Amino acid sequence: MDLIWLIPLFPGVGAVVNGLVGIRYFSKRAAGLLAAATMLGSFVLSVNAFLQLLGTSDRYHKVTVATWIPPIPLETANGMGSLEVPWAFVLDPLSSMMLLIVTGIGFLIHVYSIGYINHEPRAGVARFFCYLNLFCFFMLTLVLGSNFLVMFVGWEGVGLCSYLLIGYWYKKQSASDAGKKAFITNRIGDWGFVMGVFLVYFTFGTLDFRGVAEAVSTMPVETAAVGFGVVSLICLFLFVGATGKSAQIPLYVWLPDAMEGPTPVSALIHAATMVTAGVYMVCRNAVLFSHAPIVMEIIAVVGVITALMAATIGLVQTDIKRVLAYSTVSQLGYMFLATGVGAFGAAAFHLMTHAFFKALLFLGSGSVIHGMNEEQDMRKMGGLKLHMPVTFITMFIGAIAIAGIPPFAGFFSKDEILYRTFLHSEVLWGLGVVTAAMTAFYMFRLINMTFFGSYRGPAWDRAGHQGEGHDGGAWHGPHESSSLMTVPLMVLSLGAIMAGFIGIPAALGGSNAIERFLEPSFVVAGAQHVEEVHHLSHAAELGLMLFSVLIAVGGIWLAYRNYVQRPETAARMAESWSTQHRLLTNKYYVDELYDSTVIRGTMGSANGLWTVDKRVVDGTVNGAGWTTLAMSWISHVLDKYVVDGFVNFVAWVCSEASYIFRRAQTGLIQNYAFATLLGVFAFITWFLFAQ
Amino acid sequence: MFEITPLHYSLLSAALFMIGVIGVLVRRNIIIIFMSIELILNAVNINLVALSSQLQDLSGQVFVVFVIAVAAAEAAVGLGIIIAFYRNKETVNIDEMQIMRW
Repeated sequence: MDLIWLIPLFPGVGAVVNGLVGIRYFSKRAAGLLAAATMLGSFVLSVNAFLQLLGTSDRYHKVTVATWIPPIPLETANGMGSLEVPWAFVLDPLSSMMLLIVTGIGFLIHVYSIGYINHEPRAGVARFFCYLNLFCFFMLTLVLGSNFLVMFVGWEGVGLCSYLLIGYWYKKQSASDAGKKAFITNRIGDWGFVMGVFLVYFTFGTLDFRGVAEAVSTMPVETAAVGFGVVSLICLFLFVGATGKSAQIPLYVWLPDAMEGPTPVSALIHAATMVTAGVYMVCRNAVLFSHAPIVMEIIAVVGVITALMAATIGLVQTDIKRVLAYSTVSQLGYMFLATGVGAFGAAAFHLMTHAFFKALLFLGSGSVIHGMNEEQDMRKMGGLKLHMPVTFITMFIGAIAIAGIPPFAGFFSKDEILYRTFLHSEVLWGLGVVTAAMTAFYMFRLINMTFFGSYRGPAWDRAGHQGEGHDGGAWHGPHESSSLMTVPLMVLSLGAIMAGFIGIPAALGGSNAIERFLEPSFVVAGAQHVEEVHHLSHAAELGLMLFSVLIAVGGIWLAYRNYVQRPETAARMAESWSTQHRLLTNKYYVDELYDSTVIRGTMGSANGLWTVDKRVVDGTVNGAGWTTLAMSWISHVLDKYVVDGFVNFVAWVCSEASYIFRRAQTGLIQNYAFATLLGVFAFITWFLFAQ
Repeated sequence: MFEITPLHYSLLSAALFMIGVIGVLVRRNIIIIFMSIELILNAVNINLVALSSQLQDLSGQVFVVFVIAVAAAEAAVGLGIIIAFYRNKETVNIDEMQIMRW
């Protein structure tokens, strides 16, 4: 348990070795194996730490690795405080669960990447694994950090790595644009996070999560009656940070564009790292957020609107990865809905199950894209279940899981969220159920368009052998991927089937083990509960479950009818609702809206400032220069004609005078003698007559 | 009998002095100028001796001996300069001696 500091260190070392040495010397296979091995090491340590945590009754272990910022006197709201930040990691139920997700799924994605990235040049492969490892390093730092500042290091690091990985094919304009978009959008969120952290220190005098939780638990809950106080402000700022990282309205726009990166990267960003950071951060500060019900309400509403909006966009996308991207945004909306209604355990639970099936779906889509020779348009696929059976079966499991069909993982976590939402507000619950129906529909639309029906892709050379086709140059048709890629899919599908069993609700005879396990992370020991959750009867809960399952089945049936039985219906529906269809295809024109407001505004103000710079600042500088020039010219004239003139005049006068006076000096001795005589006479005369 | 009084000595001395001064101012030959200077010195000597006798004071005569000694030295140095000059310029005309001018 004291070794948890090694967990982030392993991939960190892997990244350094791959980045410094591997790019030049390692073979493709060696770079991949090194990266995967570091993740395996972290995973083993994480499992070990998890088991140790299960074995003790104390569910909070803080490991201080080093002093980071020594005590600095710094102003707080209650007089002078002392800012002291250790580089400390914390192991508690929440972080241990996140560790298992990040290292476990991260490891599988690393293994998958070895097969997936094989077509890249050798240096590119090492670079790729360097970034992947770095990503995991920062994510693990974020998860393990025991205070806001350590978390912030990871928080910024995953932002950096997402930029590096989304723009991995940096020669492609759209990829490097998408990388920049992700980075800049995240910066906006980070601004909120940083403001929140500043306010946390200013208010509580500490940055330690537990210290903050203990401090805030003595403060009154800022309900609507109490008003919007400083805790609410902190939570709002932190939530702005979370919307950036976890792709919520209004900062979700980067996530669909992040599809420009290699598919394993999408899987890593969407499932194990990055987007879960926002949800994790809110869960980590559950006590803080519980004291700001107004902000909780905002979070719930933002979450459900994001879920609904992303789901509607997902209905009409034709790019296989974009459908999954919007489904991630939608599922993250669910998680925020859960945190917003106070069900932090349900949010974390859904985060975990989602990690399994979303990683599975993304890796599966990567396998499809791989087998289809880098084709991502679902309209050019179809009937692939014959060509890639393993991918088909595993993705099918993933789709069932995300649709919420029991007993797969998504059912339990999603239903828990919907149940807790129902207790909080029927309207939010209604929106959530509609989203669930849409989720089932668009996921099975994806499955149906890709794997069922007739093949619609380009023809291939049937004369050649079927199977691995890229290396020989010619493409020999869709084929199953190598076992390096399919084995992780199988493992993940196992997770997608079983991950839900640890959270079987009481109504189904389970004990909801995961939420009881996570509970210590969301409360402060000794503090009274903020609100006692009022329960419905088990019968009512079962009724709700049945309803949402029926809704999901309805969505699946609709997708089956429209895309398998009568493929022409979809086109007809798009025709009859062309306005709505266009609106959805263009993603509600949000990108265009941002482009015309924020980006144009920024560019416009930059242009304006540039003009000001050019006209006013440069003008002032040039004016000063011109004035100096003019002054120096005047000074020059004065110097030349007045000062020099006077000096020259004096010299001229002396020179002219000398022409007169030098005539006295004849050189003749007798002249001088005569002058002397005259002088003597003059003196004698003066002597004689003056006396 | 014509009696010689101190006034006569003074007149003689004054005449000699004036002859010497005029000689220095108007003659061009540097030897003549040199000799005129000797006249001036001797005019002074006569005056000194006459007044020494008149006033019964021997210091005047002592001074004359002194002047004669100095004049001898001066004559030696002056003649040396003149000979050196003559060797360079092959003339003793004082009008030719005007290189120390502007």
